[in-house]
Amino acid sequence: MSVDTQPLLRAEGLRRHFPVRNAFGVTTHTIKALDDVSFDLRSGETLGIVGESGCGKTTLGKMLAGIHKADAGRIHLEGTDITSLSVEERRRIAQRLQYIHQDPGNALDPRWTIGRSLDEPLAIHTALSRPERLARVGKILASVGLPESHLDLYPHEISGGQQRRVGLARILTLQPRLVILDEPTSGLDVSVQATILKLLRALQAEFQLTYLFISHDLSVVQIMCDRIAVMYLGRIVEIAPSAELFAVPRHPYTRSLLSAIPRIGGRRVTDTFTLEGEPADASNLPSGCRFRSRCPQVAAVCAKQDPALGPGGSAHQAACHFAGETPGGGHV
Amino acid sequence: MIADPLLAISDLAIAFRTGHGVARVLDGVNLSVGRGRIMGLVGESGCGKTTLARAVLSVLAPNALIEGGTIHFGGLDLLALPRARLETEVKGRRITFVPQDPYGAFNPLFRVGDQMMEVMKWKSPRRQPYERGFGPLLTRFPRARYKTDREALIALLNEVQIPDPERALAKLPGAFSGGQRQRLLIAMALMTNPDLIIADEPTTALDVTIQAQILKLLKRLARERGVSILLTTHDLGTAYEICDEVTVMYAGQDVETAPVAAFFTHPRHPYTARLLESLPSPNREIKEIGGEVPSLLAPPQGCRFHPRCERASPECTASRPAKSGTGGHIVRCFHPLTMAAEVAP
Repeated sequence: MSVDTQPLLRAEGLRRHFPVRNAFGVTTHTIKALDDVSFDLRSGETLGIVGESGCGKTTLGKMLAGIHKADAGRIHLEGTDITSLSVEERRRIAQRLQYIHQDPGNALDPRWTIGRSLDEPLAIHTALSRPERLARVGKILASVGLPESHLDLYPHEISGGQQRRVGLARILTLQPRLVILDEPTSGLDVSVQATILKLLRALQAEFQLTYLFISHDLSVVQIMCDRIAVMYLGRIVEIAPSAELFAVPRHPYTRSLLSAIPRIGGRRVTDTFTLEGEPADASNLPSGCRFRSRCPQVAAVCAKQDPALGPGGSAHQAACHFAGETPGGGHV
Repeated sequence: MIADPLLAISDLAIAFRTGHGVARVLDGVNLSVGRGRIMGLVGESGCGKTTLARAVLSVLAPNALIEGGTIHFGGLDLLALPRARLETEVKGRRITFVPQDPYGAFNPLFRVGDQMMEVMKWKSPRRQPYERGFGPLLTRFPRARYKTDREALIALLNEVQIPDPERALAKLPGAFSGGQRQRLLIAMALMTNPDLIIADEPTTALDVTIQAQILKLLKRLARERGVSILLTTHDLGTAYEICDEVTVMYAGQDVETAPVAAFFTHPRHPYTARLLESLPSPNREIKEIGGEVPSLLAPPQGCRFHPRCERASPECTASRPAKSGTGGHIVRCFHPLTMAAEVAP
């Protein structure tokens, strides 16, 4: 992994609040989907974003991809601010930054041949001639493990797994630098998941991709990512190198999350798991720390003060008043 | 083999008529669930686990053809039982169901309590023989048992840890989170004091911390009440958590049945071993199975796994291997892995 001095992507204080309106169109309350999220993404690394549903991980991915606008905050891609670009300028960014949906195979047009689907992004975004485009499409198709004869087939003529490969190939034709993967394996069987994960890794090595890997599955994130950010109700509560996060988690929420993963062959979660309750309502957050209503270590200070990510500058940061002093509940 | 199992399925074959031909979805499946045991039915999507669950519940789609085999449940032959007896004694009474999607299971316009009491009206264990017939369609809840039924329901909600059950019954489903709705559905499955609960992927739609809570609850209830559970799941971690035994299916065939400890440490069927190896683990490289699940419209002959199996020989394509193995660890393979072959968890 090559690490440049300048981050490929830098997010600063991203915020997105969704207003909830009643029948008369009056805003009754707001859902804080993202609240001051900042992180750096270095070239060539894979950053995992994990959290439960409603924690804001998909909103974050869509905001970076330009699908949602940020209410506040800045996104820098390779040093340039891409937060408030016009539609035209934004379109040019798409060459360097691509977003992959949960099932990329499903995004193929059923009435287009695979070849046409793969050619379209090149025709729109590049000035390549038709033979050049065909050559690049053939090369990409080979790298996702499909024969060139597939170019003339329609999506329904190939299997679901192959469709997914074509979907991935379609994103790679533009040779982006950063790929945002939104739950790439959720809902898949483990054997299919294994195939996709191996393919994602091979593509990353071949095309020097940087991944932002959004997932709720910690065991997948653990093997795929260099660093992991754990989100809870619109905030990053802990960010650390992958191995360190699993060995010495500092935030109590991370510890609960890690202890909830079933580990085959290990102790049973149903014998040891203790976290009670469910995440608070995102439109009506508790004062102070958002996790305090479920936290096993809650103290008086937690209700008064919202802890910030710290210590600053360190690779392993956690947003908890007691992150420094609590013993790391070793896991793995 | 389990002596006197509660549920014994033998050589069950089910096909579906489709527009493209006949899909042979179950091909001679054998499965037993002991009294008070939790049996995990695992396999990839399309392997037939939901069809098997629906067959036991007698709620197969109209285009299903039962081509052979038997389902014995507590002394009754479910496939031969007259429909009237099936409806009044078994379906939704002695066998109940916990669905996969807690969001789609309730009508959003009716109060949770009304929906649950409606089931009680028909299926309460306190229902008297003279209430038979369509009377309850027209009349109000029988007054003689309204109070006891409601109290029983509240006791159940307490058991599944719904806070303030009295008030919860007056709320609409939208007021509950996914985890709480799943708790309500579990309570609903327990209302009739069933012998067997079929839980079809009960935690797939839930977050990991909520999943752990629900699995914990299911396990405790099964132990306390002596209910058997047939749990279908594609998540091996879930099966590891709460099951006593596990049966693996592949493309409509049962390939291996084993006690949970042996299943995860000493898998004997090549498919099971490959499935366990495809789980992500920090300790070893992830391995894929290779190839794809066959189409059930034209499944491979013999053992359906043979086109993807590195141990396959000509006899695998000719016929389906018989059951072999000892001590409750049954494998259907001509070339099983030896007992010593261990897969790193």
